[in-house]
Amino acid sequence: METKVYLDYAATTPVDPEVLEAMLPYLRDEYGNPSSLYAAGQRAKKAIEDAREIIAGYVSASPEEIVFTGCGSEANNWALVGTAQARKRQGGHIVVSAFEHPSVMEAAKFLAGAGYDVTYVRPGSSGIVEPDQISAALTDETIIVSVMLVNNEVGTVQPVADIARLCTERGIVFHTDAVQAVAKLPVDVAQIGCGLMSLAAHKLYAPKGVGAMYIKKGTKITPFIRGGGQEGKRRAGTHNVAGIVGFGKAIELAVGRRDDDQARIARLSEALLAGLHEKVGDIGVNGDRTRSLPNILNVLVRGVEGESLLLHLDAKGVAVSTGSACSSGSLAPSHVLLAMDIPQEDAHSSLRLTIGRLTTREEIDYLLDVLPPIVFNLRAMSPLYQEGQRV
Amino acid sequence: MYSEKVMEHFHNPRNVGVIEDADGVGEVGNPTCGDVMKIYIKVDDGRIADIKFQTLGCGAAIATSSMVTEMAMGKPIDEAMQITKAAVAEALGGLPEVKMHCSVLAADGLRAAIEDYRSKNPGK
Repeated sequence: METKVYLDYAATTPVDPEVLEAMLPYLRDEYGNPSSLYAAGQRAKKAIEDAREIIAGYVSASPEEIVFTGCGSEANNWALVGTAQARKRQGGHIVVSAFEHPSVMEAAKFLAGAGYDVTYVRPGSSGIVEPDQISAALTDETIIVSVMLVNNEVGTVQPVADIARLCTERGIVFHTDAVQAVAKLPVDVAQIGCGLMSLAAHKLYAPKGVGAMYIKKGTKITPFIRGGGQEGKRRAGTHNVAGIVGFGKAIELAVGRRDDDQARIARLSEALLAGLHEKVGDIGVNGDRTRSLPNILNVLVRGVEGESLLLHLDAKGVAVSTGSACSSGSLAPSHVLLAMDIPQEDAHSSLRLTIGRLTTREEIDYLLDVLPPIVFNLRAMSPLYQEGQRV
Repeated sequence: MYSEKVMEHFHNPRNVGVIEDADGVGEVGNPTCGDVMKIYIKVDDGRIADIKFQTLGCGAAIATSSMVTEMAMGKPIDEAMQITKAAVAEALGGLPEVKMHCSVLAADGLRAAIEDYRSKNPGK
């Protein structure tokens, strides 16, 4: 089925035509290796250094504090594992929120297996990790704390500056996964006060396969890939030149468009939520809407299972995602929703709709036309659902 | 991820609904794991004369429910009792490994309905 309506921008975004245009020379003619000393290599090097400067400027860092990676997950893995290794002598305790991206959760799990102590701090049902709770989790052994800037499933914005302050006061490295926040919120490393920050290009209309990590000057971290001298010997491997160029271009475009994009997206999101209440009914919102980015809307559609909903929408050409177990390849529903004390049966009924730069009012209206009969049919098929009654 | 047959049953499920004066009803699964299935049967002369289901669940849960009702319809209850989860999955052209529990649910639901009928009609 051809995708008519794409409402999964938090999963990934299409490449902006201007971004593609900027990348093309580095896929066609400029094949030089940026590590080579001759002219072609140096031109490629110049291209990545220009991109680095744009990205550094955007987050208020200096260029040497930005290291390119292969993806956001790599940056997240590296932040935790690299810091744990580098600061082993300072202690063996790690604090992460219980609803981080899987690339943080799994890195923490790996470190727990390697003998580190890990404390998971649960957000409340609001989807916010409170600084007090982080504070209570810190010990003299804590070496790193990781809390995401914006949760990728529910869109809640975390009080990272307050959390960073608590960490810095105690000499603890604070890492934030800013993958969902870039181009939507200001992500100023000085304002936040983080030591490490993860970024990914493909959430902001640049290609997949490139990310970056901000590493504050003086922050100890072991290299993630050992090999050549790329990225100050911290992350070896030949650069994804075209990808990096695209990343820089996307940031440049995002800076100019952020306010317009966000205002438009907020209006569409409101219309979408109002339409869901009116036309579908018996829905809820997961996470505190007043403390969320408008582009991510996580709704509880009572009485239906998320994967069934997703498959029916797909048949109508609508792309969305769900926190139901059945779509994740495991039997447990979204760890994010469970960490927010949302009952399992409700987590199975969650639908994540994420809006982006290209979303139109017509797309929202189309969804609001096709969704109600799908939900009503599934509810009618359910042995548990009764009109107006919670399952 | 799903076979064509699974998608076909998912989009056009057979025998959806309730039998008000059912001779046997089986309910399996629970909302915590995301799948709940209820099967209703009418038995006539030792055969399943009518069968309907209601399911809350994923694509595989709905497709396996539909398939199991199709396989059981018209069969003597002894034979219907023998429908295995593997047979349901096979009839659907296979299921992803992680979805195999859905075919277990469907076969269990059918058996629960037959057992309910038998408990109400001893000796049949």
